[in-house]
Amino acid sequence: MKIRTKNRQKWQPSLLPLLLLFVTGLTALLAQVIYVLPTGGSGLSGEVAQLQKQSGVSSPVTAVLMNFRGYDTLLEVMVLLLAVIGAWSLTKAPLSGKNDHPSPVLVTAVRLLAPLLCLVAMYLVWQGGHEAGGAFQGGALLGGAGVLMLVADLPLMQKIPARSFRLGLLLGPIVFLAVALFCLVMGGELLAYPQRWVASLLLLIETACAVSIGLALASLFAGGRPPDDLLDKENPAVPYGEKKP
Amino acid sequence: MIANTLYNLCGLLLFAMGLFALFACSHPLRKILAVNIMSTGVFQILVATAYRPVGAGAIDPVPHAMVLTGIVVSVSVTALVLVLACRVQETSNLSLLRKGRKIKEPKERAG
Repeated sequence: MKIRTKNRQKWQPSLLPLLLLFVTGLTALLAQVIYVLPTGGSGLSGEVAQLQKQSGVSSPVTAVLMNFRGYDTLLEVMVLLLAVIGAWSLTKAPLSGKNDHPSPVLVTAVRLLAPLLCLVAMYLVWQGGHEAGGAFQGGALLGGAGVLMLVADLPLMQKIPARSFRLGLLLGPIVFLAVALFCLVMGGELLAYPQRWVASLLLLIETACAVSIGLALASLFAGGRPPDDLLDKENPAVPYGEKKP
Repeated sequence: MIANTLYNLCGLLLFAMGLFALFACSHPLRKILAVNIMSTGVFQILVATAYRPVGAGAIDPVPHAMVLTGIVVSVSVTALVLVLACRVQETSNLSLLRKGRKIKEPKERAG
């Protein structure tokens, strides 16, 4: 059944001013709320500073991110993984990585920049313990390195073996969950890190999450399942639901 | 304090513009962009909320942490929605995204 609809549905002329009125009213209301917001207060920075010593890191943002609001961050890493699973189950990536005649400038730029980006990402993850930095910043840089390789259409991302790629994607959530369960066993509460190992546990989680975030962002940029994938190589003609020979 | 209010109001303006476009435009790509602009406005307000003038003590780290995770999550959600929009374009007859683009459907779709 073919349904043809017009690409652009025009708003009724009487509705558009109504919408404008609604949005303007809402904006005025929100502006009023912003105006009466208390400004001079310190927010939660006092409470964070009090508990800073117990958190295992000296950067307040990292302490909030990984320790005080660790549950939130755990679920957000999961959201990233879910987005990748969703994108992979919908399409294959259009980028093939088969640029046969890459320009030497491009190759040199990628070869110089990609390792540098990975190095800076590692530095940012390490720096997250005491200054601005951390898993998300490092992961974003790693993702940038992946995007660079994808845009150059060089077969570098594709050279990562499919299993290792999946393992890397899962590394962050799995390590985070494992640490959470470890805390549950040791201390009796989920994500209540034991005081003795809190610093090293946080660094472990951050490193694993940075790898996962970077790979997830790069594969989301690719826009789908990588070509020549695990599934296509190992069982090329087995339809869904049938058993392997 | 004036700078703070200005940042907040700019964020609010971005949010309002995004909200208007979200309702007024029917094109999915425009809707996705509108939601992104809305979320940018919210992030801006959160960052401005965390700001303290120099010498008035440390910044509030809680909104900063929220924005950090929020940016990454909004990027991933945008990517997923874009893939979904592409699929809608491929499988339906609506000319939503690229006009006149031939569907390059791989013959066998594994599992």
